[in-house]
Amino acid sequence: MPKADFDQRLRELQDELLVLGSMVEKAIAKTLDALKRRDMEASRQVIKEDDAIDLQRFQLEDKCVELIATQQPVARDLRRIIAILHISVELERMGDYAEGIGKISLMMGEEPPLKPLIDIPRMAEKATSMLRRSLDALVNRDIVEAMAVCKADDAVDALHDQVYRELLTYMIQDPKTIQRATYLLWVAHDLERFADRATNIAERVIYLVTGKMTEINVSKY
Amino acid sequence: MVVQEEMRMNPGHADNSTEKGIIVEGLNAWYGSLQALRNISLAILSKRVTAIIGPSGCGKSTFIRCLNRMHEVVPGARVQGKVLLAGEDIYAQGVDPVRVRRKVGMVFQRPNPFPTMSVFDNVAAGLKLNGLRRLGQMSDAVEQALRQAALWDEVKDKLKQNGTALSGGQQQRLCIARALAVQPEVLLMDEPCSALDPVATSRIEDLIRELKERYIIVIVTHNMQQAGRVSDMTAFFLMSNDRAGEIIEYDETRQMFTNPKDERTEAYITGRFG
Repeated sequence: MPKADFDQRLRELQDELLVLGSMVEKAIAKTLDALKRRDMEASRQVIKEDDAIDLQRFQLEDKCVELIATQQPVARDLRRIIAILHISVELERMGDYAEGIGKISLMMGEEPPLKPLIDIPRMAEKATSMLRRSLDALVNRDIVEAMAVCKADDAVDALHDQVYRELLTYMIQDPKTIQRATYLLWVAHDLERFADRATNIAERVIYLVTGKMTEINVSKY
Repeated sequence: MVVQEEMRMNPGHADNSTEKGIIVEGLNAWYGSLQALRNISLAILSKRVTAIIGPSGCGKSTFIRCLNRMHEVVPGARVQGKVLLAGEDIYAQGVDPVRVRRKVGMVFQRPNPFPTMSVFDNVAAGLKLNGLRRLGQMSDAVEQALRQAALWDEVKDKLKQNGTALSGGQQQRLCIARALAVQPEVLLMDEPCSALDPVATSRIEDLIRELKERYIIVIVTHNMQQAGRVSDMTAFFLMSNDRAGEIIEYDETRQMFTNPKDERTEAYITGRFG
């Protein structure tokens, strides 16, 4: 079988990408948990652990470049490497949102929370599910699932709208809440972007399978 | 299959360049009883480089040798079908194969300058055969051909040297100059770089890109990256069970190398068979 070694390296590349995906998934879960529990130490850990996510992405990029340079891939092989390269960048940025939420949590400091967090954890849950499903779609080369991920972004956008309206009401009623409400708005925005990037991953899966680059679902934001 | 046929004859982006190109219709070729090509149809566009790729024995070389009536030179070889060059069937009754070969030049895998001739005489040989006698005209034509082949600056002071004294890459460009001297419409290249080092290869590839403005260029290559680098259109040939070469896919090179339609093309260009 020609190309056995190359195929093996392509599989390893995808495995490494899935490791990155799982690091990001853990980071977003941990950062939300820290935000809810107001656990500063945990937020600080998320910020620190983002370095490992960045490193993993650079190593992936390095391997992609090496494979392109030494194997001159074409057709599906090339699309696979390019898709992995793009997805690794998306994942790294998603890790940055987890880190960003950690920083917001630190900025909130010891101030009492404005309100119990309800919709924001829902957004996080949906966005994380989109991430997981987009990577499953990648593994299974499943464009139906990839399309479904793109569609799922509407629900996250709707929740974002809801959080925005609610926080705006707080701010109008009592300007003293503006700072704390703004922090939460930033969190909601980060989660909304996190979900958008999951749709970008899904679009890359569609590219990998079909060779067509398309914007499936244009986010409201 | 109908769609495939349609695409071959009318590649999507074509302007009216098919009229000036080569149209191959239902081409079959045999060596004795062995069929080497089966039912090849495609439109080769002018001002584009067309690469023919495929595993060994799939009929690539046979195909381009049918485009200048060189296939029939082999004893027992025959051809059936049409090859229209600028609208004229080169296999029509009464067409002189020598006239066809003047219009359709060919460069081979190994540089083959005439061994006993000087650089100048190598390029002039075709012109002499075509009846050009006046030295002034001859010198101009030789210089022009050598310039077109991007060789003039390197050989202008050694025109009287033996052609075989040049480097491999220079010899190949000398052969290209020899082919261009008689002002053909088409330049066929059968693995022109397979005997050359990367630098000489790169020079030939630059030259191909320059020449495509003036000539219809068809290049057979085993080097996928080369097909990707120099060609605009790519045709993939494959041997069928009875060993006759067939065309599997023909499309823009960009498409062929990023997202080929046929699984067999995919398998071949990604190096998974062949």
